[in-house]
Amino acid sequence: MSEKDMNSKVSEMLARSEANAKNSGKKFVRPEDEEREVVAPDGSIIKVNPIYDYFSGARPEEEKPRNGIVEKFLNWARAESIWVLGFGTGCGSIEIPPLVTPRFDMFRFGVQMRPTPRQSNAFIISGYLSVKTLKRVIRTYEQMPSPKYVLALGSCTINGGMYYDSYSTINRLDHYIPVDVYIAGCMPRPEALLAGFGKLKELIKAGKAEKANEYARNFDWYKANQKKIVKDWNMPDYNW
Amino acid sequence: MNEILDKIKQKYNAEDVTVQRERLAFVTVAKDLAIDAVTWLRDYEGFSHFVMMSCVDWMEEGKFQLLYLLHNPDTKIDIGVKTYIDRENPVMESAHHLWKQIWTYQRELHEAFGIDFPGSPRVDENFVLEGWDDIPHMRREFNTKEYSEKTYFPRPGRKTYDPATYMQEKLYPNQPVTAKRKDNDK
Repeated sequence: MSEKDMNSKVSEMLARSEANAKNSGKKFVRPEDEEREVVAPDGSIIKVNPIYDYFSGARPEEEKPRNGIVEKFLNWARAESIWVLGFGTGCGSIEIPPLVTPRFDMFRFGVQMRPTPRQSNAFIISGYLSVKTLKRVIRTYEQMPSPKYVLALGSCTINGGMYYDSYSTINRLDHYIPVDVYIAGCMPRPEALLAGFGKLKELIKAGKAEKANEYARNFDWYKANQKKIVKDWNMPDYNW
Repeated sequence: MNEILDKIKQKYNAEDVTVQRERLAFVTVAKDLAIDAVTWLRDYEGFSHFVMMSCVDWMEEGKFQLLYLLHNPDTKIDIGVKTYIDRENPVMESAHHLWKQIWTYQRELHEAFGIDFPGSPRVDENFVLEGWDDIPHMRREFNTKEYSEKTYFPRPGRKTYDPATYMQEKLYPNQPVTAKRKDNDK
């Protein structure tokens, strides 16, 4: 980058920080989320409020189980294809890569990693979770299609673990998003994670992994807990 | 090394000169001379690399101690310029014009200790915490355990054991517990 480019970038940043200081009243709305006017392809001008217009504002809905054998078949199918979102928080994220290697090979259980929440139905919260990450976790969790499952890895997700007295990490994950399976340990070995997948499969086959429905049922309680700690709430209530 | 320390002593009334190692020394200068000293070291003595900037909270003395650590790539000498500022009204002259990375350090100190650096670009923006509304979290009067208990739904029934005592009781129950270990077990 040339000196001139650098200087123009710096002056741009300065201008932006001055503008931010002026609009300190609504400091939690990022510049790209501000209400603005855009030009449509036909030339007309449309007012856009990205937080509300680019996402569905609808609440999550409970999904009723199908009749008898159909639901059993579906649950069997769901249990055999658990697609995990590649999202690592805390130290547990280092325990996940070995699962993809031939030594532990989670693919033989029908478990694989996916790059986007839209393609995955299992979410591993792998260790301590700071409030800043929790905000992203909520957003990501809500974007996953239902039925979805959450595995909480390590003692930090259960009671805060060794970070129980930290000002920036949460203590109990189940107050913010519903958890299907806890895997205790600090850190659990990859074998423990495989055992957790086994337990999750059992639960799904028995029709007991219905936490996505629980989230929809207790939506207000979860939202109240989330908003208590995520102070700069600048996203819609439900991000689907 | 000694030359440069003598010069700083003469020019900026540096006190408390500590030579930590052969090529590492710390000096303390007055608040209004600190940025001058840093600028002089950069422009005239070849300390062109800014290593880091940090802050120590001396709560009992009512002071914050700021440290500017500089490195001279030719002589491989590091010099830390320390200065004390008032803790009640923590304002420090900004050094953002010397190195651009100081923007980020000052932004961090503003969030962590509440130190104000007037004129420093983007100093009011969030650094690591988003939407923090309590007192700055690295000040020593901030009680992190209390904050955590009040905010994050602690799980009841949590117990803490002293690992040494606990393991001795579990693994070697017949051996007597030493007195020191007994004190720790509460």
